[in-house]
Amino acid sequence: MSDPLDSARAIAAAVRSGSVSATEVLEAHLAGIAAHGDAIAAFNHVMVDEARAAAAAVDAAVARGDDPGPLAGVPIALKDNLCTRGVPTTCSSKILEGWRPPYDATVVQRVLAAGAVPVGKTNLDEFAMGSSTEHSAFGPTRNPWDLERVPGGSSGGSAAAVAAGFAPIALGSDTGGSIRQPASLCGVVGVKPTYGLVSRYGLVAFASSLDQIGPFATTVSDAADLLGVIAGHDPLDSTSIPDAAADLGPAVAAGRNGDLAGVRVGVIAELDGDGIDADVRAQLDAAARAIEDAGGHVATTSVPAVTYGLSAYYLIAPAEASSNLARYDGVRYGNRVEGATTGEMMDATRTAGFGDEVKRRIMLGTYALSAGYYDAYYGKAQRVRTLMQRDFAEAYASFDVLLAPTAPTVAFPFGAKDDPPTMYLSDVCTIPSNLAGHPAMSVPFGAGQDGLPVGVQVLAPTLGESVMFRVAAALEAAAPLVGRAPHAAPPIGGVR
Amino acid sequence: MSDQSATEAAYVVEGSEGDRWAIVVGLEVHVELATATKLFCACPNVFGDEPNTNVCPTCLGLPGSLPVLNRNAVELAMRIGRALRCTVEPSVFARKNYFYPDMPKDYQVSQYDKPINVDGELALPDGTVVGIERAHLEEDTGKNTHAGGGGRIHDADYSLIDYNRAGVPLVEIVSRPDIRTPDQARAYVAELRQLLVAIGASDARMEEASMRVDANVSVRPEGTTELGTRCEIKNLNSIRSLGRAIEYEARRQVDLLETGERVRQETRHWDEDGGRTRPGRSKEEAEDYRYFDEPDLVPVAPDEAWQAAVDANLPELPASRRARLAERAGRPTTDGGVALTVERDLDALAHAAMDAGGDPARVLTHVEHNVPVEAAGGLDPAQLADLVRLELDGALTATQAKTVLAEVIASGRPPADIAAERGFEAMDTSALEGTIDEIIAANPTEWDDYVHGDDARRGKLTGFFTGQVMKATKGQADGKVVNQLLGARRAAALAGE
Ligand SMILES: [Zn+2]
Repeated sequence: MSDPLDSARAIAAAVRSGSVSATEVLEAHLAGIAAHGDAIAAFNHVMVDEARAAAAAVDAAVARGDDPGPLAGVPIALKDNLCTRGVPTTCSSKILEGWRPPYDATVVQRVLAAGAVPVGKTNLDEFAMGSSTEHSAFGPTRNPWDLERVPGGSSGGSAAAVAAGFAPIALGSDTGGSIRQPASLCGVVGVKPTYGLVSRYGLVAFASSLDQIGPFATTVSDAADLLGVIAGHDPLDSTSIPDAAADLGPAVAAGRNGDLAGVRVGVIAELDGDGIDADVRAQLDAAARAIEDAGGHVATTSVPAVTYGLSAYYLIAPAEASSNLARYDGVRYGNRVEGATTGEMMDATRTAGFGDEVKRRIMLGTYALSAGYYDAYYGKAQRVRTLMQRDFAEAYASFDVLLAPTAPTVAFPFGAKDDPPTMYLSDVCTIPSNLAGHPAMSVPFGAGQDGLPVGVQVLAPTLGESVMFRVAAALEAAAPLVGRAPHAAPPIGGVR
Repeated sequence: MSDQSATEAAYVVEGSEGDRWAIVVGLEVHVELATATKLFCACPNVFGDEPNTNVCPTCLGLPGSLPVLNRNAVELAMRIGRALRCTVEPSVFARKNYFYPDMPKDYQVSQYDKPINVDGELALPDGTVVGIERAHLEEDTGKNTHAGGGGRIHDADYSLIDYNRAGVPLVEIVSRPDIRTPDQARAYVAELRQLLVAIGASDARMEEASMRVDANVSVRPEGTTELGTRCEIKNLNSIRSLGRAIEYEARRQVDLLETGERVRQETRHWDEDGGRTRPGRSKEEAEDYRYFDEPDLVPVAPDEAWQAAVDANLPELPASRRARLAERAGRPTTDGGVALTVERDLDALAHAAMDAGGDPARVLTHVEHNVPVEAAGGLDPAQLADLVRLELDGALTATQAKTVLAEVIASGRPPADIAAERGFEAMDTSALEGTIDEIIAANPTEWDDYVHGDDARRGKLTGFFTGQVMKATKGQADGKVVNQLLGARRAAALAGE
């Protein structure tokens, strides 16, 4: 074996050609997880048996001369809020501990059908509510770049798993930045697709109108390949967009070749000032220069509504969550704490089963929807969404994509943002895309002074994934080399 | 609320001082739609299966599951709306949030401020028009069975939940408060039920709870227009209990008001055995349902082509069928026999027999009285027409015709053959007169009583003499003619005194 198997694309090519087996690839990854997994704590559950069976099936297909699919033999980590048939799906909550769904999420079905090998369910902030993975009922995940720092969240486990080399790709979910922010903090690529591009069927809901599943990867082209597999209409999700899947290959190729000729890029003024760390702003500036070097036009632009994003988000998301999480009442599944009456049983179950952050948001949302407050809170927040779409539409009249930081800071130490409003600010740059339903992705671009990775965010209008990936690929090609996370497993390669 | 069609009807509750109180009733009727599958998943919509056999992740509300709207349910909801002369509007589903164990998601998906059908009306057979405020789509809940204790959730030892019904499509039909008497309330439900069955939207069986009626009842001094505080009566499982509950509740409210107390706005439950309503949850301390638009579904806006197709496929409605049948048979539109015939779905048979030349009045009489619903399918309308012809030609008496018809239905053979076989031929009147005179002569005491007795006595003796004549003629006499001849003999006897 000559080429290192350092990407999903390389692994799939090698497995499809028969030069390496899916089982060999998997065992090398499982060895990495065995050696480094405890330090990072990326997984709630490692799917050893299921992964071995899936790898064996891929190898059998190759032996028969069948094509196992575009992700042949590629290990993939799954956020633990994606339903996996017969495999515990906890959302990192005590209330769902031990629950095994009787069905696979649509995205899980699709990656399995494409030949991917699921290595485990990754840790998250409970029910995806958080920005650090500290709000997991099973303990935090550690950042492979610095074990004393958070990986971001809520998809911290998936981001850390990819950064640590436990799987070259992973799936997460992004409600207010839960893919992009941890991708930025862990130095990997993270994509939130257009709302409706990827089916939500089987994603345990946090805030239904904002939730979207998306890929993590070490490279932009791997992220594009994974998105290509999971995107596309699903009759089981009424908000799924028909006929929207596009081939991102040519756009990624153009970007990698440094071709951004004629692409107009606007830097969002409102997200390039106070509250953004100097390290992050420095890399954003460098990214803007790299875009100009590749032939793109860069200018500053204003999207005024983004300044209301955080406030609107913290009404809409908790409101929907308060309803989505009502079903965890101890009646049908998950943990139950007995009580003298049904009502007392429900109270006791929810009191014991949910963590503080989840309770905080349920209360916030319940209040926002209450009679007499609805118009002032939830109603007004919905109007901000309309405003957000309008302001973005104005910007996209002049620009193909927008550029912004992904997160205001690099990875921060555990406990540094114990005060909820401070933690909520972590998502100030990512929330606007969720409110607008637009795609956005974080691509690693250099590091701060202490060597921690920085991500920049490329934002695009509805179904603008193609130009978004083109710019992201160009940034990836121009990004300063930062090397590998110090606490990652050794690279997979020379398997035979 | 509109008060436009309020025919201030005769129903009045009298107070102790002779004050007169009128009642105002609005009805909320839930009907389960007759779809093959549930509202948001592909599970079968079937009543009476083994518990928890027709369930899936979606109707169990499992984490990660999502709803997909059943197009046929929308179609049936529109059919109901159009049959009630509603406007079909672009509609949005909302979540109604409250905790209850029979509700898998602890919220119910329903239509709140943007219902699919608005502003309709239902005309009752007596001509009263009841406004329809809205008829919207929603999902049904599961079913609790409380074991031990009093069989209620509060004191049960444990509860069993069947989710087969969870997610079954419902349409809630909300009337305006246009109903003024218990009879109108009953007629409204009966008419609505018939309409729903006729358009194939629901089997609308109150006893299987596929049709559930809640009544909003208030009272006010007769002649005033301001609405009083209302109570919502639930647990009404028959049309009869609906009427009884309204009567009881109106009386209760009047008694309260007359003793200077106020009516609390609350939900009350009808206690069928006790014949009374009992307080349930007070609306004043009612839950806040925190409605908001269901983000997992998209708005439903049926286009004009779809609406036109629904209209085109709508069958003729019961009211129109009654009017058409009544006119043809020469009866009033409000005639009970006409209503019964339409309700039994036998009007098509009647029209077919009339089309085949049967005298409309006689055809309807036979269909109304002598055709069992379950056997109607086997009756050839042309044979019914033949039978009526024989009858009108005098070849068969009414009694004989009834006997022959029963055999036509059973055997499918021509009425003429059956009549001939049985030796039926209507007796002529002269032969009958001789027989009657013989019987009068043989029973002088009874005859004297018949001539001079009061109406009741004479009624009884009419039966006696008719029976004697039938015995003597082996049932060949026409009862109507016998009656006429007896009357004539009596008149003659009285005149001769
Ligand atoms: Zn189902």
